[in-house]
Amino acid sequence: MSPNPEKKLEKKLVDINYLLKEAPREKHFITGAQAMAEAVKRASVDMAIAYPITPQSEVMHLVGDIYAQGHIKEYYRAEEELGTMSAIAGAARAGVRLFTATSGPGLLRGLEAIVSWPGHRVPAVLGILTRVINAPLSIQPDNIEMAYMMHCGAVMLHAENQQDTFDFTLAAFAIAEKVDVYIPVAVATEGFFVTHAKGYVEMTPEDMALNEFDPVAAPVPAMDNETPPARIQRDAPVQKSNFMSYLIHAVWQQEIWDSNRRAMKYIYEYLGGPIEVQNPESDVFLIASGCAAAQAREAWRYAQEAGLSVGLIKVRSIRPFPVDEIRETVKNAKAIIVPEHNIIGWLCKEVKAAIPNGGIVTEGPRVYGGMTLPVELIMKEIHNSLGLEYDLKL
Amino acid sequence: MSLKYITPVERFKKYLPKDYVELVDYGPFGKTQEEAGPGNMGQFKELVEEHPMCSGCWMAYYIRLIFASLPNPEDTVTLGTAGCGRLAISQAAVPFIYGNYGDQNAMASGLTRAFRLRFPDKTKDVITIAGDGGTMDIGFSMTMHSWIRGEKFTTIMLDNEVYGNTGGQSSGMSPKGAILKMAPKGKDFGKMPATELARAAGCVYTVRMSPTNIKKAAKIIRRAIFVAREVGPTFIHAYTSCNIEYSIPTHEVFADAKAQEKDRFTFEEYMTDEAKEVIERVEAEEKAARMARKAQKTEAVN
Repeated sequence: MSPNPEKKLEKKLVDINYLLKEAPREKHFITGAQAMAEAVKRASVDMAIAYPITPQSEVMHLVGDIYAQGHIKEYYRAEEELGTMSAIAGAARAGVRLFTATSGPGLLRGLEAIVSWPGHRVPAVLGILTRVINAPLSIQPDNIEMAYMMHCGAVMLHAENQQDTFDFTLAAFAIAEKVDVYIPVAVATEGFFVTHAKGYVEMTPEDMALNEFDPVAAPVPAMDNETPPARIQRDAPVQKSNFMSYLIHAVWQQEIWDSNRRAMKYIYEYLGGPIEVQNPESDVFLIASGCAAAQAREAWRYAQEAGLSVGLIKVRSIRPFPVDEIRETVKNAKAIIVPEHNIIGWLCKEVKAAIPNGGIVTEGPRVYGGMTLPVELIMKEIHNSLGLEYDLKL
Repeated sequence: MSLKYITPVERFKKYLPKDYVELVDYGPFGKTQEEAGPGNMGQFKELVEEHPMCSGCWMAYYIRLIFASLPNPEDTVTLGTAGCGRLAISQAAVPFIYGNYGDQNAMASGLTRAFRLRFPDKTKDVITIAGDGGTMDIGFSMTMHSWIRGEKFTTIMLDNEVYGNTGGQSSGMSPKGAILKMAPKGKDFGKMPATELARAAGCVYTVRMSPTNIKKAAKIIRRAIFVAREVGPTFIHAYTSCNIEYSIPTHEVFADAKAQEKDRFTFEEYMTDEAKEVIERVEAEEKAARMARKAQKTEAVN
């Protein structure tokens, strides 16, 4: 329970732009869970709160280890996810940098608290290591829980692989803490497929970390009885049934969503933009995020080899959603294919809503319940779209 | 910093709300209990003034008492949840954090730890003030686990034995047999043993009381705060009747609170040896300071 000041490590503190773009990098072969924890190690996190759930647990075990090594000042295992996410909200009021992570059912259990973070102006970073929710039970990867996160105002990034997981997690702290943003940032990636699989990650030096949290640089002062302006409560109209309270809620939520939109310029600055585009002049586009983007990338490579007119859009940012960017990229497309790791096709719905001609969008292919997404399924849709025969062999 | 940050620059005073300036000039910030405490309520600018509680509400009285008893109002943060109490607490001139249903003790766990990280040499008092439903029903797990973890803050349960704010439903703290909404045939189990649970979970100071005696109630509130600073979790289970849902005529609210002292709210105070040491030390220091001020006053008169 006691903090860990005796283990204060010497680190060179740097700005996020230097850390992400200029700092020397060394190649490591690590899992996605390690990549997320290694980013946390380099983010000068003050406090992390953990609660186990497969497949997330590995991340918070590793974060626990880096706490024991002195990279984080405070860490504990909470009672369950609602307790975890509420404690994050409480700690944020004291003005500290915070991290936690969860998966599928855990996200839903903590959701009541999490969806209040934006309104409470909690600039924490939340790892979402995706997993099946709903019955029958499965612990396997399926990113349907992200659909439940999309409407609370939080920024949501979706990492394709271990490298993205490292970079997005570091960038998430900087984006969350921008004074004109100051809402939580979730970094999602697929459980097992990314968290428990190894990939190459170019990492910054271990003794170099993001500048420390500045509790004064905030649009709402920390409730620490130290940071002006003085917070003498007396908020009589709030929480009552009168027009003043309706108005306060309405304008506050408008500000949250404006903050969400303002995060976009930092997604450009730190991550190169909300989408990555390959072959912008194509007839057919694959649009995908997370692990599905990795599979779509492979299908796109096959299509190049076969000389087909196929482009790829990888969506890095789910919230804010790159409506303008996608609409502009696919304005001359004849067909769009949206491969996904969930049954409802939340990305497909977003894409359809973003463009004027939703009829060109193919729903799927989709896999769920933890299945892998064979590249052949995507190839079949590409061929269908181009009016070509395809002999599907799985 | 805390007292200073409340105090406006003299030349700005005329531009600030009157309520704020009066709080700084005539409120309890930085003052002793004799200057501005429960003993002279009504003679200083109180932290709780206007509130929307029902006429005759015993909970409103106790909340007013809590705020008048704070040893360090300029460095205190309160947390609460849904319920009648938060309607008054959110209007006190002390930072109040309202999270979600029943999560006050989880939030306070994060807050207290983060305060101790940022201000290792300062005293920041964290107090959760929630109803019986928020503390013992919907917030039960988070309440218990904050105690089990030994989190150093104070929990005050305003027990009106009913969900008053949502319209009079039976709670885990309603007495057996009480006919309330959602218990239309009468509640078929008794009150949850809150203070026993608190002790089993590791609270180092627990009190059950009907706060009819202002001086005694204030002393208990301060004890719970002093002990939480140094030793561990503390818990006050206070009777704060709901005169509406239990149909207690306004003029009988006090008599009912007195009667409860002999019924479901017999006075019970528990402290560990370590908690006792803190209480004895702090109360001896307070007494010495009081005597010194008295002597100084007498000297000044002579």
